[in-house]
Amino acid sequence: MKTENQRAWFFVLPVLLLVAFNALVPIMTVVNYSVQETFGNNVFFWQGLDWFEQILRSDRFHAALGRQFLFTFLILIIEIPLGIIIALSMPRKGIWVPVCLVTMALPMLIPWNVVGAMWNIFTLPKIGLLGYFMNDVLGVNYDMTQDPLAAWITIIVMDVWHWTSLVVLLAYAGLVSIPDAYYQAAKIDGASPWKVFRYIQLPKMKTVLTIAILLRFMDSFNIYTEPFVLTGGGPGNSTTLLSIDLVKIALGQFDLGPAAAMSLIYFAITLLVSWLFYTLMTKDDAK
Amino acid sequence: MAKITLSNLRHSYLSTPSGPQDYALKEIDLDWQDGGAYALLGPSGCGKSTLLNIISGLLTPSEGRILFDDRDVTDLPPDQRNIAQVFQFPVIYDTMTVRDNLAFPLRNRGVDEAKIAERVAEIAEMLDVVEMLDTRAAHLSPDNKQKISMGRGLVRDDVNVVMFDEPLTVIDPHLKWKLRSKLKELHQRVKATMIYVTHDQTEALTFADQVVVMQDGEIVQIGTPVELFERPQHTFVGHFIGSPGMNILPVLEQDGQIMFDGQNIAVEGTITGAGGTTELGVRPEFVTLSDTGLPARVRKVSDVGRHAVVDAMVGDTSIKAVVDHADVLQGAEVHLAFRQDQTRLYRDGWIATEAAQ
Repeated sequence: MKTENQRAWFFVLPVLLLVAFNALVPIMTVVNYSVQETFGNNVFFWQGLDWFEQILRSDRFHAALGRQFLFTFLILIIEIPLGIIIALSMPRKGIWVPVCLVTMALPMLIPWNVVGAMWNIFTLPKIGLLGYFMNDVLGVNYDMTQDPLAAWITIIVMDVWHWTSLVVLLAYAGLVSIPDAYYQAAKIDGASPWKVFRYIQLPKMKTVLTIAILLRFMDSFNIYTEPFVLTGGGPGNSTTLLSIDLVKIALGQFDLGPAAAMSLIYFAITLLVSWLFYTLMTKDDAK
Repeated sequence: MAKITLSNLRHSYLSTPSGPQDYALKEIDLDWQDGGAYALLGPSGCGKSTLLNIISGLLTPSEGRILFDDRDVTDLPPDQRNIAQVFQFPVIYDTMTVRDNLAFPLRNRGVDEAKIAERVAEIAEMLDVVEMLDTRAAHLSPDNKQKISMGRGLVRDDVNVVMFDEPLTVIDPHLKWKLRSKLKELHQRVKATMIYVTHDQTEALTFADQVVVMQDGEIVQIGTPVELFERPQHTFVGHFIGSPGMNILPVLEQDGQIMFDGQNIAVEGTITGAGGTTELGVRPEFVTLSDTGLPARVRKVSDVGRHAVVDAMVGDTSIKAVVDHADVLQGAEVHLAFRQDQTRLYRDGWIATEAAQ
């Protein structure tokens, strides 16, 4: 017996309203801005897809997008292997487990702008501990306010410091879920430590690593606060990542139309790359 | 293949055991003959898995030595002992094909590919897994996964002993029987020493030529399934093996006479030793309902198919009898008779009568 009625909608309605107010309505406003031009006084003129074309053709956008991909690529290539290595070397049982876990979780508990401020003070030449140590003790010229390379190294190291723990905790959760029998069987089969990693640990960590890569991709691709507080996008435009650039256009220049178009393109890229990652990493399981 | 000798083996999981109660294994001395099919039977927590892990080298015993063909292997790691072990839950390498799974132990030992292909084909044929050789092992059913785990153990032809740690736990009941007969067949073909750990008496008795019964970290009896059934050396064996288990009745020993509930009971032969707590053991199969004998009242009759189990009370003690036809009713007054050559006396748990001549 199947009852046909529309009553189920009442259960979905509250969630639908909530999602509408916190996601759909703001997004639609952005869509609205992206196809219009305003000169103030709440008067809007239809602009079509001009803003999209302008953004997609602009060198400024290309440069910011390039920097964004470079940043995300670098932190993923460092944080994922590093996180796995740290998780592998953490103890599986005993009193050191909670100590390690809490230590690992600490950087993630610090608010993002505080992280930026901390690293700013830490790395400033003359004042900061690291800045002083590099310049005046080691004699290495290190000034992230002047040198783009130093600025890049600093934001990468900061992100690795802040977020590798996430990969560690997820990978560790995957590792502890492997029953002892697997390790015992591998020992009896004469498997080398590399083969144990390759055929037991890595396959068992695959699901959590997929989540880790996706989370780190999305977070780093949308990163704003930490580099903004640390370098403000400088020196010059060298660390102006997409979101920093977006805020400059939207709130600095108050170009609502181009900013809205850029947000939508930005969103589409994030969505597309996440979808690609997810599809590629889970395709084996579907077979 | 090798003879395995365990000598004065003791193991404790504590670093400073203070007494016998701290030992998971108390004093084990045992020879496993080359090519034998053994079962290690006992309730959960009796130390069977500990013993198995010591033989495979996953655990180092606190005391004692392990010899393979008189060669001391106590300090060798598992991969140098040439043993194979099948675990309770199937262990397979998910990302590999069935073929690669079977070849894995050989590849790790640097065997050449031609030889590997030959061995894998042979084992796959033995286990009936030829048609799944090229599928990913992750997609197999639990019983096939367990077969592959077994295959990885059998693929090495120099293996000293293959050990099974309750391998049928996760297998569906109707497949258990199939896999069990497969094991028996494999043993006949490869002639390797096999040790099968289980708490299930049916599995142990069908698989093994020799059953080692353990309790509380001690071996209580080693024997063929028939010996364990007919002449349990300890009340524990009598109770643990058989369905229902042996009737164990508290008795008094007076001037060489065995008294139960005021009646004199005839036992199989000469009584040995003296003192201690005495108990009488007789299997339900050898208790009959008769006109004379112990007066009892029937408490329950359960029909289990081929026969019926009559549960009768003598005083406060329950005695079970296996009869062909349950022609008595609950509450009926009956008399019980014990077959004399199957009635034994136990002193402090251990057998205290000699077999009738």
